[in-house]
Amino acid sequence: MTEAGAPRIELLGISKSFPGVRALENVDFRLNAGEVHALLGENGAGKSTLIKIMTGAVRRDTGAMLLDGEPVEVASPAEAHALGISTVYQEVNLIPTLSVTKNLTLERQPRRYGLISWRQANERARERLKRLRLDIDVERPLASYSIAIQQLVAIARALEEDTRVLVLDEPTASLDAREVELLFAILRDLKARGIAIVFITHFIDQVYQIADRISVLRNGRLVGTAPTAELPRLKLISLMLGRELEHVEERPAISAAVAHGEPILAAEGLGRRRYMGNFDLQLRAGEVVGLAGLLGSGRTETCKLIFGAVRSDAGQVRFEGRPIAIRSPRQAVRLDIGFCPEDRKAEGLIPELTVRENIVLALQAKRGWLGRLPHDEQERVAQQMIKTLGIATPDADRPVGQLSGGNQQKVILARWLASKSRILILDEPTRGIDVGAHAEIVALIRHLCGEGLALLVASSELDEIVTVSDRVEVLRDRRKVGEIVGADVTRENIIRTIAGG
Amino acid sequence: MDHADNPQTIAPIKSLFGDLTSRSWFWPMFALALIFMVDGVVSPGFFSIRILQGRLYGSLIDVLYRGTPTALVALGMAVVIGTKGIDLSVGAVVAIVGAVMTNLIHRDMSPPLVLALTLGAGMLCGIWNGFLVAILDIQPIIATLILMVAGRGIALLIDEGLIVTFRSDFFSAISTGEFLTVPSRILVAAGTFLALWLVLRRTALGLFIESVGGNSAAADLAGINAKLVKVGAYALSGLCSGVAGVLICADIRGSDSNNAGLFIELDAILAVVIGGGSLAGGRFYLGLTIIGVLVIQGLTTSILVSGLPPQYNMVVKGVVVLIVLLLQSRRLRESIFGAFRRKTS
Repeated sequence: MTEAGAPRIELLGISKSFPGVRALENVDFRLNAGEVHALLGENGAGKSTLIKIMTGAVRRDTGAMLLDGEPVEVASPAEAHALGISTVYQEVNLIPTLSVTKNLTLERQPRRYGLISWRQANERARERLKRLRLDIDVERPLASYSIAIQQLVAIARALEEDTRVLVLDEPTASLDAREVELLFAILRDLKARGIAIVFITHFIDQVYQIADRISVLRNGRLVGTAPTAELPRLKLISLMLGRELEHVEERPAISAAVAHGEPILAAEGLGRRRYMGNFDLQLRAGEVVGLAGLLGSGRTETCKLIFGAVRSDAGQVRFEGRPIAIRSPRQAVRLDIGFCPEDRKAEGLIPELTVRENIVLALQAKRGWLGRLPHDEQERVAQQMIKTLGIATPDADRPVGQLSGGNQQKVILARWLASKSRILILDEPTRGIDVGAHAEIVALIRHLCGEGLALLVASSELDEIVTVSDRVEVLRDRRKVGEIVGADVTRENIIRTIAGG
Repeated sequence: MDHADNPQTIAPIKSLFGDLTSRSWFWPMFALALIFMVDGVVSPGFFSIRILQGRLYGSLIDVLYRGTPTALVALGMAVVIGTKGIDLSVGAVVAIVGAVMTNLIHRDMSPPLVLALTLGAGMLCGIWNGFLVAILDIQPIIATLILMVAGRGIALLIDEGLIVTFRSDFFSAISTGEFLTVPSRILVAAGTFLALWLVLRRTALGLFIESVGGNSAAADLAGINAKLVKVGAYALSGLCSGVAGVLICADIRGSDSNNAGLFIELDAILAVVIGGGSLAGGRFYLGLTIIGVLVIQGLTTSILVSGLPPQYNMVVKGVVVLIVLLLQSRRLRESIFGAFRRKTS
């Protein structure tokens, strides 16, 4: 073992491209022995690609990797494991129905006379757990233990006698505060034994509790590495969000008439226990309200509560002044509210259906099953939308699954425009969309706003929020923590509010 | 190839061929045509249709006649499979419907009332399935397995464990009679097909069913009541099985709860799949499902006319179904024909 503080892994000039995406660009990453190194960044920043290169799951395009000063080539996770680099993924990838012992000795059972010796296997399992100071009945099925214990078993499985590097990908995502403490105690223990730990999380508080150093990735580039003590929260968050503006667009002036108009929809103390803290929100015709916050801050939750996709258990919604309980998306759709979800594939598109069918779906749902739109009418609506939004498709009868990401997003937008929505909720409208289509969608949002729609736009792209919003609601830890209006909508103000300044 | 010396004609013919083979109706129709062609060669009188005592007779009519109950069940199955579900209970529903019908006939009710109540019982079975799947969120294969197992028991309870027979001119006319020389059950099936097509394709229900089957969460967020749509699909399946049950029960003039509609769910699922329906949901094809039924029934009939011992039936059926399914797989087709094209060019 090398002494603590010496570089354990050095990644130099790492680049990696996937078809159509530059995932990492010239990234240098140094991991020291005996440290907990937090790796931070928003979705798509390149965290997982970097980890996968380190653990052999992905081959780098360029760059070099040194392990304890020696150049190494890691061609597969098995090779990484043999070199002492172990990974524990976010989802516990163990088999819950098998016993703890079986999980721990899955591909290396001790044999006696060609048969598995369970006595010996149990012994080995207990040995492994002892390294984590865990004393549990190893013959019980894994599923009979709490998630925290399962997480520890996963770590025990990853840890070998000669483990030098341990990568933990969001290990605390499903743990409560006490369980996190337990995990951290063990991490400190491992650290003291000289193991280098990479800790990926989006809980900023936990970073300050456990990490010695922090590296921040943004859009495939390393934007900073610093000891935790030298990186205050404000600085950290602006590193995570604050991509330098490459295309500054002129923010449109908001008209005073709009800002003081009556809201179409007003949420009053709307919330749901263990999901989203109660919040107030007003949406007015001709106004774009942005929802800003870090990953996991409650952007999607806010959208879903307003749309009725998740039922609220507190507060109420006033629609044109009348109190109303939106209990289902169906009801929201009938009130002329539309929702473009963050996860287009899982919640937006119906891939087998054609572009035309996807576009008319909400309109048809509003009319009911007996009010079928005749085929010609469907075609007319679809063609009009294809033309207005510039959807690139050879014809309306193409399965929508064959379109590119940007065009799929436009199809979902078209679905709500075709159904004459007056309120549009857009959750990450530009996620996974190439730069050209990105600008088009942003322009479209402003255009729709000019047409008198009320828009709510949630985005992790701060620049996008600043560009499109007349008003920004800032969220942190599933609570609304501030509102920024008009000329005050700047990146700096939003970051300061997120950081709690 | 004949066209080898005339290069201009090759490209359009090739693209026409490629265009044809990628159509959803091509392979089921091709299989059906092939089966009938073989039949025509093996048994020269296969295509002849004649009228005997005011009724059409012939092998083709026979295929249609025997395929009717399966066709009815398969239509409902196609709708359920379109929602990404499956209905294993159809055979048991046939038995329940038979028992209910027999019981009601013995109560001296008027035949139309018996018919209405009986079909209502079939639909109720479907709604029960839909309730388990959509509201209680049980996996369709398990949810409908419950009624598949319990259904025959329920039918036996209604029959008090006996095979109860009856005489009814009304029901005999529906099942085994004829109307304007056409066997009436073929007209019943055609009528059901038409009604189903109107309900599904002339309203938006078909689109709703396909969107729920394609992506239930997305359909829900688009404002469709996905749960209700699913219940509706299972109810339609129950109704279709009910019509099949009435025909089967009226055919044997009695309720045989142990055997009525036994294994019919398997042929129905096969027919849907041969007709291009995917168990992954998202699309259903009523017309092609009927073609699928005819492929299965045509095979059975042709094994009989060919003089092969009937025990070959199952094996040959299995092989032909496998071939049709493999041909429908675009990837396999491309690799086979791709290799073929490389060789010839």
